[in-house]
Amino acid sequence: MRAIEAPSSHGHRESVMLKEKYQKEIDDIVSRYPVKRSALIPLLYLAQQDEGFVSETAMKEIAGLLRLTPPQVYETATFYTMLNLKRVGKFHLQVCKSLMCALAGSDTVIGWVKTKFGIGPGETTADGLFTLSAVECLAACGTAPMMQVNEDYYEQLTEDKFDRILADLKKDGTCSLKTGPFMWPEAPKAQVKG
Amino acid sequence: MLKHELILLKNMMQPGYTGSLQDYERTGGYQALRKVVGKVPPTEVTATVMKSGLRGRGGAGFPTGVKWGFLPKGYQGPRYLCCNADESEPGTFKDRQLIERDPHQILEGIVLACYAIGAESAYIYIRGEFVLGARILEKAIAEARTAGYIGTNILSAGITANVWVHRGAGAYICGEETALLESLEGKRGLPRVKPPFPATHGLYNKPTVVNNVETLANLPHIISRGPGWFASIGSPPKSTGTRIFCVSGHVKRSGNYEVPMGITFRELIYDQAGGMRSNKPLKAFIPGGASAPFLTPDHLDVKLDFESVAAAGSMLGSGGVTVMEEGTDMVWAALRLMEFFYHESCGKCSPCREGSAWLVQTMRRIVAKRGRKEDLETLVDLCKNIEGRTVCAFGDAEVAPIMSTLKYWRPEYITLIHEAEATNLIRPEQIVGRH
Repeated sequence: MRAIEAPSSHGHRESVMLKEKYQKEIDDIVSRYPVKRSALIPLLYLAQQDEGFVSETAMKEIAGLLRLTPPQVYETATFYTMLNLKRVGKFHLQVCKSLMCALAGSDTVIGWVKTKFGIGPGETTADGLFTLSAVECLAACGTAPMMQVNEDYYEQLTEDKFDRILADLKKDGTCSLKTGPFMWPEAPKAQVKG
Repeated sequence: MLKHELILLKNMMQPGYTGSLQDYERTGGYQALRKVVGKVPPTEVTATVMKSGLRGRGGAGFPTGVKWGFLPKGYQGPRYLCCNADESEPGTFKDRQLIERDPHQILEGIVLACYAIGAESAYIYIRGEFVLGARILEKAIAEARTAGYIGTNILSAGITANVWVHRGAGAYICGEETALLESLEGKRGLPRVKPPFPATHGLYNKPTVVNNVETLANLPHIISRGPGWFASIGSPPKSTGTRIFCVSGHVKRSGNYEVPMGITFRELIYDQAGGMRSNKPLKAFIPGGASAPFLTPDHLDVKLDFESVAAAGSMLGSGGVTVMEEGTDMVWAALRLMEFFYHESCGKCSPCREGSAWLVQTMRRIVAKRGRKEDLETLVDLCKNIEGRTVCAFGDAEVAPIMSTLKYWRPEYITLIHEAEATNLIRPEQIVGRH
């Protein structure tokens, strides 16, 4: 919640309003709550999904949609670390640095990013592909070290695995090594008879 | 190894179990709901939960039935249930597994709780990073709605229980129940001054219950098999049932282990989690998430129940057990956790907001071997001015790592400071300080 930067002024979104593009989603979200303001974070997510970050234009529009003042939207948006108020790379590498991951070597993971891509926490590669953030606990302590890339978790990282993930992301935009429905330790396998 | 029956992880331990509605129903799912909705009065459901001795699994361990009982009687307006799925306590990763592997178990618990407290709307506040978990829950809600377990007129009994998923956006403090409510209202997640408590003035100022994922997941089993059965498990009368302990750190087999409360840390760490990962012995462990004071090998025979861990000077908290081997730098470990709390302080109360920054600065100085003799006194002084002086329990939590490492591993702090004094050039402020 610290080191929040002012929203970037280069929010050159195309003039398509969220309302025109996502009317159905917006109506659905707003209908879940008896008080409109509750729809604020979901709508900020919608804006972020659309533009890659939450722009000032979007915040103003959302204020209008929920009958809030722009400062009310801004005060909420600036509190939450997952709402990006400036552009991030196409792939946002969020490496957990909390104690439990640090015991398993998360500082080394941050080091790999530094050596291989030349970026430290808070920096983006020149090609705009990768942004690194050192983040706090993401609830994967038993399968540390780990990182979240955009929506997906990658756990029990080794250097080989890390290299493959980054190569796959660059090539295909996704990687099959991401964690599915989580369970650790894994369930016992079905017994093979005979 | 300890033989015991799994309750919450039982379904997902079966090979091929997918967590779909069909799979859940096949294992007896939604039978508890069928047993009570429209048949047993809500007050009796609450009484059953009270009798079971179930206590909140989020961290505070407050008796669930008692919490429900605080809702105003005869209140005519809306009431709300919030499922706290914000799982953010470092060391804890059990709710994630319950959500992603057996979502209907939680949903059945949510609808049972709605029925008991008379809530027609429930919100699952899930931490924003759990994108997969949120999707799985939404799919499960849709399945349950189609099957008539969620929605208006559930099981044709004229009862309404709607459930929605609401994603947080990256703020540890939103696991605190009143901060969660603020966040759900679209505001900054700042804890509220209590009283009034959520039971009377909660979401939208209406009577509200906030329960943890694991707490709610226990309800179908308590209703189906009876409070007596549940109360006989674990360490009765005060710590009943099983708990899912999340073991992390320097062990062979980290992960989630569901065990009856009352087994010892030794059994959990050595029997369940396979012991230490290398030949280095255990040096320290955190018994209940980052907010719980560190313990030492002398505490390995302490029982994993609320009272025993409290008596040992720590807390069972969220069930996150983090193990550290010999050789781990305890001052560094305390600094890592302090950095977490510094990052996550919401900024509402001055002692916590300013104090966390001072603590981090002082700790960083010590770890970087630039510490001063008086720093230890400063640390204790700062901690004492934070503890108990904030709106929520965060203040007490953030001082735990430093206070407990100072208690058990003070010589490590002193060594670092001695090294600083021996190697550093004399700084002007030191000259001023010496007479």
